[in-house]
Amino acid sequence: MIPASGENLIFRLLRTVGQRIVFLAALLAQCVPSLARPRLIVLQVYNAGARSLIIIMLSGLFVGMVLGLQGFDLLQRFGSEDALGVAAALGLLKELGPVVTALLFAGRAGTSLTSEIGLMRATDQLTAMEMMAVDPMRYVAAPRFIGGIIAMPLLAAVFNLVGLFGAQLVGVQLMGVDRGAFWSQMQSSVELDDVSEGIIKSCVFGLACSLIAVYEGYHAEPTAEGVGLATTRTVVASSVLTLVLDYMLTAAFL
Amino acid sequence: MRPTRTLEVGTGLFVLLGFAALAFLTTQLPSSGIKFVGKKAGYHVTAKFDNIGDLKTGSPVSMAGVRIGEVERIAFDPQDYKAAVTLRIDPEFKQIPDDSDASIQTQGLLGGKYVGIGPGGSETYLKDGSQIPFTQSAIVLESLVNKFFANFASRGEDSGASNGAGKNGDSGHEPGKETQK
Repeated sequence: MIPASGENLIFRLLRTVGQRIVFLAALLAQCVPSLARPRLIVLQVYNAGARSLIIIMLSGLFVGMVLGLQGFDLLQRFGSEDALGVAAALGLLKELGPVVTALLFAGRAGTSLTSEIGLMRATDQLTAMEMMAVDPMRYVAAPRFIGGIIAMPLLAAVFNLVGLFGAQLVGVQLMGVDRGAFWSQMQSSVELDDVSEGIIKSCVFGLACSLIAVYEGYHAEPTAEGVGLATTRTVVASSVLTLVLDYMLTAAFL
Repeated sequence: MRPTRTLEVGTGLFVLLGFAALAFLTTQLPSSGIKFVGKKAGYHVTAKFDNIGDLKTGSPVSMAGVRIGEVERIAFDPQDYKAAVTLRIDPEFKQIPDDSDASIQTQGLLGGKYVGIGPGGSETYLKDGSQIPFTQSAIVLESLVNKFFANFASRGEDSGASNGAGKNGDSGHEPGKETQK
């Protein structure tokens, strides 16, 4: 929303945050009733999740392979190449998996959510639903929001798995790290807390990215230009928020 | 909802794949997880150590630097207050003398602990269920440092200020080998 002139920066910031929190509350209130139409949610899980699978797997593979190369180069200097499995697993589980997945999600699924809802707004579809006493929050916004929250942790898990495979591919097949040491050191050093930290992070990112995407679409200016601007704002805000939240969550977990 | 079948199959595939990945990450990676990997071939020998340091299940067992097996189980023996470590040795390494010694060593600078087997001279070999008689515990750095300083101080009292005394004393002495049979 464009703030009225004369308001200072802090006031604008507070208002921006507040608007999203109010929207989140309204959205959460509609989440339970929208569960009565699981079909709509399944469609959104498909749109946000299943259709992002290829890009997530491809990115995961290459991120894992880079991690394998860089990790090997670094650990070799200390004569501890066997710790490559631990390094790759912790790097993927705790940081790269959730964060890169969220960034890709913002670019792949977030933009399509925003432009879809924005275009519905621009073509008065949302208004038409209101006229028919059909709550667009319940039937348009909430299923997309829930779909995004469901899809994100699953995408992050797939990303981690493929990334580990990529790290293993480079570390073991290419660089000659002992396969047994790679896995056994990984299994003995990784704790359940490390895995759950990554899962919690990806759930939080899923909530944040879906909220921003749905909010921006819902409040897009009903013009072609407005929808374009809203889509840009989604990507920028989701990416920055993901990185900021990542720092805060990491600090909270350590 | 045009291609209903594609939608359902795609969503199902995605959710199943996601949960399979989650299940793998939570059960297979952490040390506390359940392992579904089948029993590996090989024979088992046990060794008792005074102190195993941070040796873990799955740590390698090696001989002359070559990996020959792994640590399968670590238990506490309440009879003599020692750690009873079960080692699984790969089946191709059948000819390990039964008077060999087992010691707990560290890989590299940052590496984990592993069990090193030093060959003995016996004509008979270790077989499934036998126990390695000679063991050497993990070297705990703190106790080594304490020993060094205790040694250094007592030397200092005895023979005045002889600086090099601590160096060739038994500060570097390994926690002795002990027989268990």
